[in-house]
Amino acid sequence: MGKRRNWYLTLGLVLTGLTVGFGALGLVWTPYSPTAPSAADRLAGPSLAHPFGCDHMGRDVLSRTLSGAGATLSIALAVLAIGFVVGVVIGALCGYYGGVVDALVMRVCDAVAAFPSVLLGLVVIAVIGPGKYNVILALGVLFIPSFARLTRGEFLQYRDRDFIRAARLMGVGGLRILFRHILPNAWPVLLSGLSIGFNNAVLAEASMSYLGIGVIPPDTSLGRMVSEAQSYFVTAPWLVLFPALVMILMILGAGLVGEGVRERMGEG
Amino acid sequence: MLLEVERLRVELHTRRGSVTAVEDFSLALEQGEAVGLVGESGSGKTVTAHALMGLLPRERAEVTGRAVFDGADLLAMDRAQLRQVQGRQLSIVFQEPMTSLNPTMRIGRQVEDALRVHTGLDAGARRQRALEAMALAGLPEPEGLYRCYPHQLSGGMRQRVMIAAALVLRPRLLIADEPTTALDVTIQAQILDTLRRINRQEGTAILLISHDLGVVRALCGRVVVMRQGVIVEQGRVEDIFHRPQQAYTRQLLEARPSWGKGKEGQGHG
Repeated sequence: MGKRRNWYLTLGLVLTGLTVGFGALGLVWTPYSPTAPSAADRLAGPSLAHPFGCDHMGRDVLSRTLSGAGATLSIALAVLAIGFVVGVVIGALCGYYGGVVDALVMRVCDAVAAFPSVLLGLVVIAVIGPGKYNVILALGVLFIPSFARLTRGEFLQYRDRDFIRAARLMGVGGLRILFRHILPNAWPVLLSGLSIGFNNAVLAEASMSYLGIGVIPPDTSLGRMVSEAQSYFVTAPWLVLFPALVMILMILGAGLVGEGVRERMGEG
Repeated sequence: MLLEVERLRVELHTRRGSVTAVEDFSLALEQGEAVGLVGESGSGKTVTAHALMGLLPRERAEVTGRAVFDGADLLAMDRAQLRQVQGRQLSIVFQEPMTSLNPTMRIGRQVEDALRVHTGLDAGARRQRALEAMALAGLPEPEGLYRCYPHQLSGGMRQRVMIAAALVLRPRLLIADEPTTALDVTIQAQILDTLRRINRQEGTAILLISHDLGVVRALCGRVVVMRQGVIVEQGRVEDIFHRPQQAYTRQLLEARPSWGKGKEGQGHG
């Protein structure tokens, strides 16, 4: 076909593959225990035994980065799953059927979206308490409006297309039209929304953990590691460097995938 | 009698008041008959068809009168009853073949869709029926096209796919709303041929909506001329074509460009 190579997509997939693989590995295997302290290795620099060095309690930073990336990744994916599935269903129904319910639901979404998600997350956590699952729940709910709005726009646009009207006239039922006829058309937009959502979820988790309301020690996450490392920023920069780097690559990868998907769909 | 419309009246409520789009429209269609509905843009022909199909939004359109299809009044049906009739006995083909097919679904699936909804046939039987309908609609090599996506097909082919989808349940009445308007002239003639064959061979009654009396003449025995929501003339197509009684029908006929009919040199300018 002689198509120009889609570098965004290629690079994005490679980065995403690496970081996701890194995080997935961290969930099942780490070279040392990520939580076992060792007085002798306090703030030890990178070495062969500890390639990423050790933190202020002598814990291996590579192990902690691995398990932290795993935690961040799983939280982000869970948040995304809640936000995306619920958001798409709400958005699809609102966009396709419209009416009073649509107007009401969208105003609620507007209201939720008007607050910064970290602030709302703080409020929710203050009520239901901190911890991994509560963070997932809080952020998941907060992510619903953006997906609902995105999906609604797409479905609204397809609702009155000729091919949808034609399907209705064939006697095709509402749910079938929503998810078999319209949804595939909305995928390009939803996919790039998903990649932006992933980035936001990683960042939101990191922010909440950074503020100390996310993952509870001794468990860790990338955001928590950065937060703990900030007082050693000058004396032991590897403490902040490695988790931050993994987080940046993770976000960059997903962002590039989203851009690549949009470019590719735009061409086709 | 397959379809008997009596005193159909459609009032559309807009923000700037109400408009009577169709008034006192009556029409009878025999089993297997092909009737044309002609008029300029805004004459109410499409609104009439949409009213019959239950396509008008109920909160904004007031439809009164009766439209008895096969013994049951279409206008008195609720959504569920209408869905049972639509597709199964009564199908419609839209004007725009380019936008009437879903770009993300394979041709075969789109033709089969009505079968999936209305029958309990298994995948193999559905495929068989779809291929038959595609052949009936004049699509060459249905097996090959079955797995194609709409963007791989030309406008004429897509219109045939629409016709195949409309025919797959062997409806008794096919409403064709300007089925050839978006196509070029040679393809127009082929599509009309196909519709005529379906009408003659399958005995499917056709209500053809068009602004072009020539198109109607190619297919229909009878024609109804509408203007501003009212029927101005109706009768056998040959009579109306050669001896239009109403000034409006004459204007409509004259509005068609035609070779040799006008003044010398007009066609070349």
